[in-house]
Amino acid sequence: MSTETSDELARSYDHQLMRRLATYLRPYRVQVVLAMIVTLAEAAAQLAFPYLTKEAIDLGIRHRDLYQLDRIAILFLVALLAAFGLGYLQAQIMQRVGQGIMRDLRTAIFRHLQRLPVAFYDRNPIGRLMTRVTSDVDVLNEMFTAGIDAVFSDLFMLIGIIVAMSQLNVELLLVTFSTLPLILLVTLVFRAKVRAVFREVRTRLARLNSFLNENLSGMSTVQMLGRQARNLAQFREVNAGHRDANLRANTYHAVFFPTLELVSAIALSLIVWYGGRQVMWTGITLGTLVAFIQYTQRFFRPISDLSEKYGILQQAMASSERIFALLDTPADPAAVTLDPAPEPFTPDTVSRGLSVEFDHVWFASQGEHWVLEDVSFRVDAGEKVALVGATGSGKTTLTSLLLRFYAPQRGVIRVDGRPIQEWEPEALRRRFGLVLQDVLLFSGTIESNLRLGDASIGRGRLEQATREVHADAFLARLPGGMEAKVRERGSTYSAGEKQLLSFARAMAREPELLILDEATSSVDTHTERLIQAALKRLMLGRTSLVIAHRLSTIQDVDRIVVLHHGRVREVGTHATLMAAKGLYHRLYQLQYMGGRPLQAAPSSS
Amino acid sequence: MQGALIPPHLARLLRHAARHRKGLVWGVVCVACANLISLAQPQVLRFAVDDLYRGVTAAKLGRYALMLFAIAVVAGLFKYAMRQSIIAISRQLEYDLRNELFAHLQKQPVEYFQRNRTGEIMSIATNDMSAVRMMLGPGLMYTVNTVTVGVVAIAFMVAISPRLTLYSLLPLPIVSLSVWWFGDRIHRRFEQVQARFAGLSALVQENLAGLRVVRAFTSERSEVERFDEINDDYQRRNVDLIQTAGVFQPSLAFFAGLGALLALWLGGREVVLGRITLGQFVAFTVYLGMLNWPMIALGWVINVFQRGSASFQRIVTILDTPPAISNEPGATTLTQVRGELEFRNLTFTYPGAARPALAGVSFRVAAGSTVALVGRTGSGKSTVLQLLPRVFDPPPGSVFLDGTDVRALDLDWLRSQLAVVPQEAFLFSASVSENIAYGVEGEDPAAIRRAAELAHLLRDVEGFSDGLETRVGERGITLSGGQKQRAAIARAVLRPVPILLLDDCLSSVDTHTEEAILGGLRGEMRRRTTLLVSHRVSTVREADLILVFEDGSIVERGRHEELLRLAGRYAALSRAQQLEEEIEAT
Repeated sequence: MSTETSDELARSYDHQLMRRLATYLRPYRVQVVLAMIVTLAEAAAQLAFPYLTKEAIDLGIRHRDLYQLDRIAILFLVALLAAFGLGYLQAQIMQRVGQGIMRDLRTAIFRHLQRLPVAFYDRNPIGRLMTRVTSDVDVLNEMFTAGIDAVFSDLFMLIGIIVAMSQLNVELLLVTFSTLPLILLVTLVFRAKVRAVFREVRTRLARLNSFLNENLSGMSTVQMLGRQARNLAQFREVNAGHRDANLRANTYHAVFFPTLELVSAIALSLIVWYGGRQVMWTGITLGTLVAFIQYTQRFFRPISDLSEKYGILQQAMASSERIFALLDTPADPAAVTLDPAPEPFTPDTVSRGLSVEFDHVWFASQGEHWVLEDVSFRVDAGEKVALVGATGSGKTTLTSLLLRFYAPQRGVIRVDGRPIQEWEPEALRRRFGLVLQDVLLFSGTIESNLRLGDASIGRGRLEQATREVHADAFLARLPGGMEAKVRERGSTYSAGEKQLLSFARAMAREPELLILDEATSSVDTHTERLIQAALKRLMLGRTSLVIAHRLSTIQDVDRIVVLHHGRVREVGTHATLMAAKGLYHRLYQLQYMGGRPLQAAPSSS
Repeated sequence: MQGALIPPHLARLLRHAARHRKGLVWGVVCVACANLISLAQPQVLRFAVDDLYRGVTAAKLGRYALMLFAIAVVAGLFKYAMRQSIIAISRQLEYDLRNELFAHLQKQPVEYFQRNRTGEIMSIATNDMSAVRMMLGPGLMYTVNTVTVGVVAIAFMVAISPRLTLYSLLPLPIVSLSVWWFGDRIHRRFEQVQARFAGLSALVQENLAGLRVVRAFTSERSEVERFDEINDDYQRRNVDLIQTAGVFQPSLAFFAGLGALLALWLGGREVVLGRITLGQFVAFTVYLGMLNWPMIALGWVINVFQRGSASFQRIVTILDTPPAISNEPGATTLTQVRGELEFRNLTFTYPGAARPALAGVSFRVAAGSTVALVGRTGSGKSTVLQLLPRVFDPPPGSVFLDGTDVRALDLDWLRSQLAVVPQEAFLFSASVSENIAYGVEGEDPAAIRRAAELAHLLRDVEGFSDGLETRVGERGITLSGGQKQRAAIARAVLRPVPILLLDDCLSSVDTHTEEAILGGLRGEMRRRTTLLVSHRVSTVREADLILVFEDGSIVERGRHEELLRLAGRYAALSRAQQLEEEIEAT
């Protein structure tokens, strides 16, 4: 009983999913209706062939009427051409509709991905999200194109065949139909068996794949521990499981297809036996008999097809469920609106810098482990402040909160005296310039990487920015200059070059607040000098919040905020903090005199 | 079959298949029988129709009906046997070949897996294997099917009317040709679609990986534009594919229908002209209908063979790549290993690297002593640990175990004398205890427990739902980095071997825990020769000898106190770490 109700529940749930999927069909309703009409017409053309065969036998051959035979042959050719044309047209329309829907779905998913909170990505690995945009959408495609359309086509065929047969001879139709329960029984039993065995095949294949993957990635460990023989034995077992599941599936096929043919042969035998007697006694024509045989053969195919479509539908339901779950995940309140495109952003003409204030800010990423505890400090307009602290002290988290990647649990962050939640997210971020420690370049060109989608930045502005951060010399050496190709992750550029590019990227936007996470990677002396000069230029006249690693940067800033285990421990200038001989003093010693090479801190600048 | 016509790699496949000779012959016989018997069906129809035309008894009609039924039963039995033999054998061959592939991959050194991506090897072990199986199973089955049905049906048709046969068969080769031609085109357009798909995936991947930059620079809109562009292009390519693929099915039906039309029209005339009987005409049309599928299958089979052959070539390429590191001729084993190691003027360059990772490194490790290797990342200390077990092969005459060059030793034996704890512990999706016992035969629960305790893993694990029997998930994903490292240490402790290699294996545990683990391990280390790589002074302090590496060479060597007195790099490192501890304590 309980399985029945859960089945019912599942069915109503499936209906909901179907209704929601149907909304994606709506923009294509004209095409869909057209496709249905074409499908109907094609089914009619297909059904004409047995009828024409009957006419050819009865009117042409048996009456020795060559004129009739020629006439029917021409009709036959016309039906053939019609079936060909309509079949092509139908496939084209439906497949295009399917592709269109897939594009719409992918767009919807991608747009939504741009608006999900950053924290969502901390919980969901990229690989899994990728499947939503790719394979899950493709499964739906199969349903929209191969599935739905074929179901209609099969249904039209079945109805058409029944109508045609009943027109020819109702008694013979009933005789043929007597095999129908048998067909349904065979198909239903087979479907149930095959569904179970295919589920097992899929499980076994997944197991085979994960075993292989694990062993290939851990081959070194396997070899060091001398496990090859035992793992080979395990692999044989997993491999055999996969083989045996497939063999079981094969057995069902080996039984099913001949059985289906047998049932069709029974129908044929019945027609020959019963129909033959009718030909002799009640005078139905030989042509009718032949047409009946042909209709019967056409009748069985759609029935076995339909059960196959059921499997596709099941998979599609699972995929659409996952897709809709993603689309239903609430968007980030700090997300930028994607449409309609707002008026181009115009930075304030008098760039005076923004002030930033952290007011008793508490933040925990997951659970109750506080990453930041009661952090308060101010950065006045035009002031430069360095954040210093050991790894895990909360420096990066502070900048992430400022960018509204996450929201603090307690406390307020104010920019220009306004709490950041009250700012329009785009207007806020547009005033910031971000330079990350690991420079991320996107595939495209140098220009597209500097511009990052902002069409309002003129070419002249870009070139000026590259000059100001001393990236022009290295750009001039590149083939194509600004048009030079950037491959995935910018793999062809050195760490120093990437840093200069990221400076130019921030510079081009003329930000009012600079958020800078200095890179620690070592570069050659020449590049190091360029970087330092560029940094100075970048911070000039801007409010700057810097996670500093360079001595020169630290000595340049107005104030230093020392973070330790999520708390502000010391605030002051380099000189006062050094004199205090506290935490900063030790951090400084560790960073510039301990394990790290001293060359990173040049003697003069 | 002529040997010269068969490419050498396919001849090899035939040798594989020859193991199942009997089954394959039986399968082929079944295919042939099933078809031959099915081909009798039109003959029965022919006599039935002719008799109907002339007048017939009900009993005779019943006999015809029974014959049709009997034919279906017998043909069905053969078809069952055919699938159960040929398809089953193809699965067995796939199974054998995949085992062979896996066994071969197990012999390949680490470098092989760095050069060939796991995803590609996986694809060969699954997709290409599957393509080869398609060729040997359904491919072979439908080939025999096409040949028997084709030959016999055409023979029957010719017997009825040679002229009619000629005319009505005219469109059929076009069917085969178009299947082959379209199949190839479709495949190529499909690959184009796949390429666009890869581009689309790359964009999404890049976008999600660069999420923070995208958000910070408010590039969402332009990212959506970029996506829309490639998404539209992908859709266009798909429509291109549809344009070709969409002609395929209807044109197959068209050409098959054309044959039927010719048979009906020309055959009808033959009947009217009295050259053949009506029964012969009906039988003829049925035969013609029976030829449709084999003709479609023929084109399909050609594609299956082309793809299967290319796939097998890829498999063979793997099988024919000899392992770069294997036993030298005359490789030996030693009895009574003391565990004395020597590195003699060792210079080593990684394959494909421009600069050597190690240059002129020499040191001795007395049996039972502990030597620590310190230095910055990339200074070459881990390389030393990789050369001893021949993860990469050292040059001959540079690494010695008990005075014997490791290259002269049996590879499996050599490794069986070592317990290695790597930087990144690799755990398998099994229980914790299975993972600890991964390197030993026969699992003794008490010993596993002791090893877990020694590695300070037991207390963590006892908090899990099933204790030591808790499964750890793929690559040990449910454990923390430190727990994984400790599991690897327990794994090494359990191995009763004379030499212990610890490659910076405590980097993910805090100093306090590290101290405790080392305390427990000291007993183990005293009984075994130990090479210890570490960043931490506290870890190496007690070693019999400390080697400081820089740029592939040893720059300082001595005991802890000696090196501190030297006031060089080791002393600086020591001071920095003291500071770090102080900061941590505040």
